[in-house]
Amino acid sequence: MNLAHTTPGNTSESLIASVKSYLVGFLLSVILTGIPFWAVMTHHFDKPITLGIVLVTAIVQIVVHLKYFLHLDFSKEGRLNTFSFLFTTLIIVMVVGLSVWIIYAANDLMM
Amino acid sequence: MSFLGKLTLESVPYQEPIIMVTLAVVAIIGIMLVGLITKYKKWGVLWNDWITSVDHKRLGIMYIVLAFVMLVRGFSDAIMMRTQQALAVNGAAGYLPPEHYDQIFTAHGVIMIIFMAMPFMIGLMNLVVPLQIGARDVAFPFLNNLSFWLTTGGAILINISLGLGEFAKTGWVAYPPLSELSFSPGVGVDYYIWALQISGIGTTLTGVNFIATVLKMRAPGMKLMQMPIFTWTCTWANILIVASFPILTAVLGMLTLDRYMGFHFFTNDGGGNAMMYINLFWAWGHPEVYILVLPAFGIFSEVISTFTSKRLFGYKSMVWASGAISVLGFIVWLHHFFTMGSSANVNAFFGVMTMVIAVPTGVKLFNWLFTIYRGRLKFTVPVLWTLGFMTTFTIGGMTGVLLALPGADYVLHNSLFLIAHFHNTIIGGAVFGYFAGFAYWFPKAMGFKLNERLGKAAFWCWQIGFYVTFMPLYVLGFLGMTRRINHTDNPDWNIWIYLAAVGAFIIFVGIILQFVQLYVSFRDREQNLDTTGDPWNGHTLEWSTSSPPQFYNFAKDPQVSDIDCFTDMKEKGEAYQRYESYQPIHMPKNTASGILMALGITAAGFAAIWHILWLAIAGMLGAFVVFLFRAYSNDHDYYVQPDEIARIENAHLDKVARGRI
Repeated sequence: MNLAHTTPGNTSESLIASVKSYLVGFLLSVILTGIPFWAVMTHHFDKPITLGIVLVTAIVQIVVHLKYFLHLDFSKEGRLNTFSFLFTTLIIVMVVGLSVWIIYAANDLMM
Repeated sequence: MSFLGKLTLESVPYQEPIIMVTLAVVAIIGIMLVGLITKYKKWGVLWNDWITSVDHKRLGIMYIVLAFVMLVRGFSDAIMMRTQQALAVNGAAGYLPPEHYDQIFTAHGVIMIIFMAMPFMIGLMNLVVPLQIGARDVAFPFLNNLSFWLTTGGAILINISLGLGEFAKTGWVAYPPLSELSFSPGVGVDYYIWALQISGIGTTLTGVNFIATVLKMRAPGMKLMQMPIFTWTCTWANILIVASFPILTAVLGMLTLDRYMGFHFFTNDGGGNAMMYINLFWAWGHPEVYILVLPAFGIFSEVISTFTSKRLFGYKSMVWASGAISVLGFIVWLHHFFTMGSSANVNAFFGVMTMVIAVPTGVKLFNWLFTIYRGRLKFTVPVLWTLGFMTTFTIGGMTGVLLALPGADYVLHNSLFLIAHFHNTIIGGAVFGYFAGFAYWFPKAMGFKLNERLGKAAFWCWQIGFYVTFMPLYVLGFLGMTRRINHTDNPDWNIWIYLAAVGAFIIFVGIILQFVQLYVSFRDREQNLDTTGDPWNGHTLEWSTSSPPQFYNFAKDPQVSDIDCFTDMKEKGEAYQRYESYQPIHMPKNTASGILMALGITAAGFAAIWHILWLAIAGMLGAFVVFLFRAYSNDHDYYVQPDEIARIENAHLDKVARGRI
């Protein structure tokens, strides 16, 4: 068996790079959490717009987490993880989405 | 609650003579086996070389042995059903009372899908995939051993149900509310739940293991798009396993909570929704049929390209067609329950998707035809199975497209037309594929070839028997006969029911011939030895090893620069090289942890079935303790020394040199 274990990120440069990536991700997350908090607390916008802001910042934050914390990217090393994540998402969206559709449609006909 | 929970002496079905005779026969065979092993002093070999082995090749062989044992059990169920229906016409009762008959058709389905087809597929995958990608073993050899014993644990539970208590009477899908406690108060459904749950976890672990293997352990130079086609189709199947088996685990978990803890996921009362079970079951169940058939497609591709001595036509389209099938396989599941009564739009969507999935399958069929075109096809046993598949599966596919029309499905749902259709695809697709793979890779695994004449005879019995059995079922479906009927009273059906029974006996002869073939081939093995390791002039890396392969597979990592890697090596004159020196090879040690953990978990499953609390706790705790010991022990591996490698390699290469003259 090939036991050539290489531990990624044990050199000082890559350590700095990964600290930087976590910091950027943390800052972006704080901002993306702050905006919806502010919108909800101050009642600055109408309810539908506030809801929209919460939803959009939440989705953007998911992407931020994936990129900066889980390090999903399209580089040669990261591609496999990213593709398996996307595939999993696709399957979950399809199975859950279609299941909801199926059961709701069946329920409607039984009412 | 008593010491043994619900288990009492009355749990043994003494009143059923058929079961008692079966148990007696099984006991006699068991005693004979034990006697033979003791007489030839093989217990040590069995334990050290097989049961505790983490070698993917030996595990593959054990999976296939399990599959054959369960084939016998599942086929006994089948022939009992066919004879019961043939005897119970014109209002006669037949010889199987309904409560026994219902267990038989449930057991037949569960065994054939979960404990025959799956182990056969996983066995071939174990045997071949690491060799095809030039790896020395799978990514996690111990996990591989554990997976096998978990699968076997499930199989043991289902066999215990024969003599202790009962099996589910619900059909292999175990739909609630019938499978709920209020309608199935016995232990049958619990046997079903725990057998599937335990083996399902083993299967999931296998999927994880093999995905890691093909992603991380390919030989140097082998790109993903250079993996042999069988490895590719297995990889798609493994992706499907990892994505879909958790759904089965979850749905069985919910049914367990309903039955054991008084939950209401699928009950009639308390806000339960039985339709959700049906929905989730098939969200696993449909990908499952592709898990079974995709590796078979890979086998046909290997067989056709080897025995036409040609490169496979349309390798890339084959890979992507498998990928398309894998994704589309996840959005067709509702066609199993069009009649549930979801909206017309839902039915239309899933109907169309079902027809769409026939397209990539058609692509594959044309690829095989174009590979044969202008090739010199040798009519060996694997090729016969492949040609039988190509005709039979096409018919099954076409009846599938018929059933994909929701309107037609409302007429044919749960009729024998459906039964004929899915046997048409699973036998004609998956099982024929496994038999092709069995004949094709048998010399690789065992070192000698199978007897051709008996193999051909077995094929023709299966092929003819298949048509005689299942074509009448299509007719019966049109005549309105539904599935799972214990006795009938309709003179129009009789002739077709008789015909189907005759067909089942023709298949029976085929199975007997397969066992005779094994015996004769073993008896005459000296004349059929495969000394070169490459009996068919193969294209891929598994044929570059000796037969059976060296336990470390490859003395040196092969360098890969072509899809048909071994053909490429042979053409360049790089095959069968002698090396001056070798590097030590790092190998995993055998371990008893796998079987001990599976033993604990199986005991816990048995305890859960019979509500024996102390045994359930002891079993799980025991498995956990073994796991801890394994996790904290460092005694996992060793090195094979260069002089031993040199000795094995030189002996092999000498044999090759003699064999090729």
